[in-house]
Amino acid sequence: MTGGQDDPGLGPFAQLFGLTVPQAQEADPEPRRRGLFRRLREGIAASQSQAISPQLAGIYQSALVSDDTWDDLEEALVMADCGMPATMDIVESLRAEAGEGRITSGAALGRALTDEITRRLAPEPARIPLGDHPTVILVVGVNGSGKTTTIGKLAHRLTELGQKVVVGAGDTFRAAAVEQLAVWADRAGVDIVRQSQGADPGAVAFDAVAAGRARGADVVIIDTAGRLQTQHNLMEELRKVHAVTGKAMEGAPHHVLLVIDSTTGQNGLSQARLFSEAVPVTGLVLTKFDGVARGGIVLAIERELGIPVAMIGVGEGLDDLQPFDAPAFAEAIFAPGSGTDA
Amino acid sequence: MFDALTDKLQGVFSGLRGRGKLTESDIDKAMRAIRLSLLEADVSLPVVKQLTTAIKERATGDEVMSSITPDQQVVKIVSEELTRLMGGTNVGLAMAPTPPTVILMAGLQGSGKTTHTAKLARLLAAEGRAPLMVACDVHRPAAMEQLSVLGQQIDVPVHREDGATDPVALAKAGIAAAKRSGRDVVLVDTAGRLTIDAEMMDELVAIRDAVKPTSVILVVDAMTGQTAVDVAVAFQDAVQFDGVILSKLDGDARGGAALSVRAVTGKPILFVGTGEKVDALEAFHPDRMASRILGMGDVLSLIEKAQQNVDEADAKRLEEKMRGGNLTLDDFLDQLRQVRKMGPIGQVMGMIPGLSQAAKMKDVQVDERRIDRVEAIISSMTLSERSRPDIINGSRRRRIAEGSGTTVQEVNQLLAQFKQMQKLMKRMGKGGLPSMLGA
Repeated sequence: MTGGQDDPGLGPFAQLFGLTVPQAQEADPEPRRRGLFRRLREGIAASQSQAISPQLAGIYQSALVSDDTWDDLEEALVMADCGMPATMDIVESLRAEAGEGRITSGAALGRALTDEITRRLAPEPARIPLGDHPTVILVVGVNGSGKTTTIGKLAHRLTELGQKVVVGAGDTFRAAAVEQLAVWADRAGVDIVRQSQGADPGAVAFDAVAAGRARGADVVIIDTAGRLQTQHNLMEELRKVHAVTGKAMEGAPHHVLLVIDSTTGQNGLSQARLFSEAVPVTGLVLTKFDGVARGGIVLAIERELGIPVAMIGVGEGLDDLQPFDAPAFAEAIFAPGSGTDA
Repeated sequence: MFDALTDKLQGVFSGLRGRGKLTESDIDKAMRAIRLSLLEADVSLPVVKQLTTAIKERATGDEVMSSITPDQQVVKIVSEELTRLMGGTNVGLAMAPTPPTVILMAGLQGSGKTTHTAKLARLLAAEGRAPLMVACDVHRPAAMEQLSVLGQQIDVPVHREDGATDPVALAKAGIAAAKRSGRDVVLVDTAGRLTIDAEMMDELVAIRDAVKPTSVILVVDAMTGQTAVDVAVAFQDAVQFDGVILSKLDGDARGGAALSVRAVTGKPILFVGTGEKVDALEAFHPDRMASRILGMGDVLSLIEKAQQNVDEADAKRLEEKMRGGNLTLDDFLDQLRQVRKMGPIGQVMGMIPGLSQAAKMKDVQVDERRIDRVEAIISSMTLSERSRPDIINGSRRRRIAEGSGTTVQEVNQLLAQFKQMQKLMKRMGKGGLPSMLGA
């Protein structure tokens, strides 16, 4: 995964959506921006984060695995926001491996940790198959998690892959949210279905799907207003948007993506739990993953709810959204800094 | 807010209660539980360590070990340490001796800067000041538009320049505009940034240097996990902020970030954001928060909430009915809705002393969805059924269950509970509380 990881291009997205890369794109000799995870690792090194690196560096350098090692590992996982239950699970299974004599040095522990996290998060690469025409994707999450930005970037990527995309501006609550999505739609060159602020989000969702069908779109992505998972009425509204989407097209929405901010702590578990109760969440999008924010909460979510991570995003740039790559993720948050990795 | 932490600590101490004296290992057990609950509440690990060390040191002292009520002593110590860590008393916003006061808003992307710029402006306007907001987020699409819309909602002017790309020039122009038009507070909204994005951090520093703000306020999402410390330190190193607004505290986030940010930077939390509406901004009270954490309830906040949300005439009418024992299911529904207006039931219950624990117990679990079903059941009754529940026979029960999407058992349960409540009310009406307790 060396070259591919540093120059991801459209390939991983094609894989994520079960598509093939268009000829013109594939032949593009222009190298894409540096790989996401390479940049992340550099970011971590540059951030002088006091959080995890010291413990992990100590672990990886030690020749022996002792009780202190496990304590350090536990702390590192806690500080990555994995939460106590997931942390204990991971430490216990690694301890069991060590007990069988398979982990005898710090370096071996580092590799085992990466493997363990990969195994938990994504034994298989994430998939968002686009079998239906249009395939409808509903995007949900708490306020400020990065839904609109994610949709903008996703629309752009799908367009690059030759898909006709329609986006629905379902965040009719927040001031200027519709305008924000409109800017992204314009950049990506996709159609936007919108009503005014304060309009019924269910109606917008219905119209977006109807427009998608009428215009022969391949994918319809519907934005929703940010809502805290404990806001009862707003969660009911979300249920309704989901139901109305199904009325516009049988089986829709085909995918429901929950967007979670990487800086989120244990509340992320409550988000995943309550959003899943309202609508069938099929995948997570981890946003603003900048190396300081470790995003370990996805391990806690996976442990309790088994929802896979579909995509991961770093910043505002179009290239900063990638299909989730579990080994690269594990390395980015738990690798012992620079110098150990080609 | 901090409900779960409260429950955990109560769990620890109720385990110790009744044992009389504490041993070293009791203390260790308590410390481990405190550590775990603080971590689950997203208090960052270094802060947890610092806190538990301080608590343990005091808890192993004579005042606790020899006390007849060691658990209460430990509670007192934890409470004091939490309060101390969160900054003692409530701190207000500093105003410049000569106007305009300039407030620079900073924070990560999506933390709620733009929304809280408007909330703060609204609060200042309500206090009789003349604020002006400056839209300096030239990066996020439609961010300026968002601030403008919010400005219209709260009737506070916004300085914006469409197409502008230099936030430093924008900020300066905004302050000049404020001076010209006699506005005495300028709130500068900036773009959200990642802490590792050096360019963006530099931009923030440049804005600060250009406008020389009276205060720099960092907006921190209450749902932030262990990263809170890194974020706070990064912003502290770059711009030396003066205070914090903790946003999105209306959810079920335990808000350990409040403890972390304060402990690591020493900067006070000035306000907490408690909702999406522009008036959902409250002063932060460390003492209240600490007593809440310890399950002592936050009665003051509850009273404030009740005053904001409960119609006094309605309450009076209801009270009279209750005294007369004439409560109908309609009144019951009304009452239920009044309480719900105050926020999620669990949150409201958590503020009542002694109830934060009860709210989590299985039998009394305040499940919002169960309350929904109660609402649905009552709504499926005819008016005469609601005022005279006695007429609800088997076939009516089946109809109500069907109409509300519930089961006959649930309808039965509700009716039984209601009957019991009516009885209770009658007794209260006759002899007040004493006769009830004596019965």
